[in-house]
Amino acid sequence: MTAIYKREMRSYFTSPVGYIFVAVFLAVSAFLFMQFTVQAGESSSFSEYFSYILYVFIVIIPLITMKSISEERKMRTEQLILTSPVSLAGIVVAKFLAAFTLFGGTFVVASIIYYIPLAKYGTPNTAHYICSVIAIILAGAAFIAMGVFISSLTENQFVAALGTIAAIILLLLISVLNNYINSEFIRTILSAISFSARYSGFAAGVFDYSAVVYFSSLTALFLFLTVRVFEKRRWA
Amino acid sequence: MIKIEHLTKKYGDRYAIHDVNFEIGDGEIVGFLGPNGAGKTTTMSILTGYLSSTSGKAMIDGLDILEHPTAVKKKIGYLPEFPPLYLEMTVKEYLSFIYDLKKCTLNKKEHLAEICKVTKIENEFDRLIGNLSKGYRQRVGIAGALVGNPQVVIFDEPTNGLDPKQIIDIRSLIKELGKDHTVILSTHILSEVKSICDRIIIINEGQIVADVKTENIEQALRGNKKLSVTVAGPAPAVLAAIKKINGVTYAACSVNYSDGSSAFIVESVNDADIRKPLFYAMAQNGWPITSMEYMSANIEDVFISVVDETEEELSKERISEGRDNK
Repeated sequence: MTAIYKREMRSYFTSPVGYIFVAVFLAVSAFLFMQFTVQAGESSSFSEYFSYILYVFIVIIPLITMKSISEERKMRTEQLILTSPVSLAGIVVAKFLAAFTLFGGTFVVASIIYYIPLAKYGTPNTAHYICSVIAIILAGAAFIAMGVFISSLTENQFVAALGTIAAIILLLLISVLNNYINSEFIRTILSAISFSARYSGFAAGVFDYSAVVYFSSLTALFLFLTVRVFEKRRWA
Repeated sequence: MIKIEHLTKKYGDRYAIHDVNFEIGDGEIVGFLGPNGAGKTTTMSILTGYLSSTSGKAMIDGLDILEHPTAVKKKIGYLPEFPPLYLEMTVKEYLSFIYDLKKCTLNKKEHLAEICKVTKIENEFDRLIGNLSKGYRQRVGIAGALVGNPQVVIFDEPTNGLDPKQIIDIRSLIKELGKDHTVILSTHILSEVKSICDRIIIINEGQIVADVKTENIEQALRGNKKLSVTVAGPAPAVLAAIKKINGVTYAACSVNYSDGSSAFIVESVNDADIRKPLFYAMAQNGWPITSMEYMSANIEDVFISVVDETEEELSKERISEGRDNK
């Protein structure tokens, strides 16, 4: 498992993907931070910045998950890892962790950098800031697991990327439909599914345990499904 | 070492392999021979744990691949039909990745150096795999299969797509490996198995049609040939005359026709062509032969394709040998 994890991390940086991801993520998040925090005039308010970061995921998460498994299939290297003494779960978790490390690492570093001016020129609520970072990371983990899962369904990276983009948009924005729906019942369900609705608690400064459970179980679910995809193909 | 029992794999309603049984002992070099789509790759994929069988068992060293996948996979080195190479890695990185993947405990540097020496890729050690030629990629694939010194190495069409010189190199390499590994390889080229393997398992349409020692392969190919002859003459006398012909091992009357002729089945030793002596014997007695043909056996169908390619292959080798001599 560590071997696959290491190879995966290396492959991010022997191809442009890793660099592009880090560059785009940092540039866009820095811009958003500037726009919604520094230039907004209230230097210690950052809720809006974190809410917008979620939308950046639509573009950047597929970048790091699209080739995760689809490329192994296309290049037939999956025959190597599937005939090696590694469990299916080990393979899937290693793939997930590599993408998650890249994403989480970049985001944590960015968050630390952005905190410095906040603390210097204002009085940010540190606990709130840390909780927001944690929530974003967990939401990102769920999206990455989903991306890895979608990548396992196809040999085509492009299809995997498009599928992941569509799925992330759906999960983020599904609560927007609530404005047009009369049924209270359906509205409740859509809000429960929607990442942005789930995140609203954190934006308000509440550490929402149910959201944490939701993001984590979604991560686990998609990783489990990915293992099942491998198993199903083996038995097909 | 390797034991396969009633192995069956179905894709939908189609059998890829059907009730395959064989056993392979320690240190044997066994060739799977059969036309494309015969089930060679499927059998190998199941044996290596890449696919699961629909029913039946595949065991290595007494361990079932489905029950102890990790333990079994440690014992196997596998080179699939298309070598599973990461093109953006150097040979060194690739081999050491496999080394880590297989959780080897041998001394890494020495072990990898040894493998590279055996497969003759020492000079390519620091090159990117993506920049290597097909022959070298194939060697890197073989090197990958050898990492961790597995007891069993499985090669799926190891010489496919190589030039004649490379084919000869790879064959001698595999023969060398057979000294301390159990080797299974698949091919659709008869001359290849003949030159490398101790034993040949012929697969067609998902079933084993022959399992013989290499020295007996000719016999297996021709041994099944039976001659069916119809002769217009008194059956007992004709039969006696046929039996007297040199090389005939078995003869029997199968049908007596109403016009006084009878059909006979005649088997002969492998390389004897008894058709001419049979003709003269019948002619001497004034019994006209009204029909004579070889009865096609199962194995022959397989070899219509295989043998054709053998001829091609041999002529290629002759050309390359000629070049070498110059």
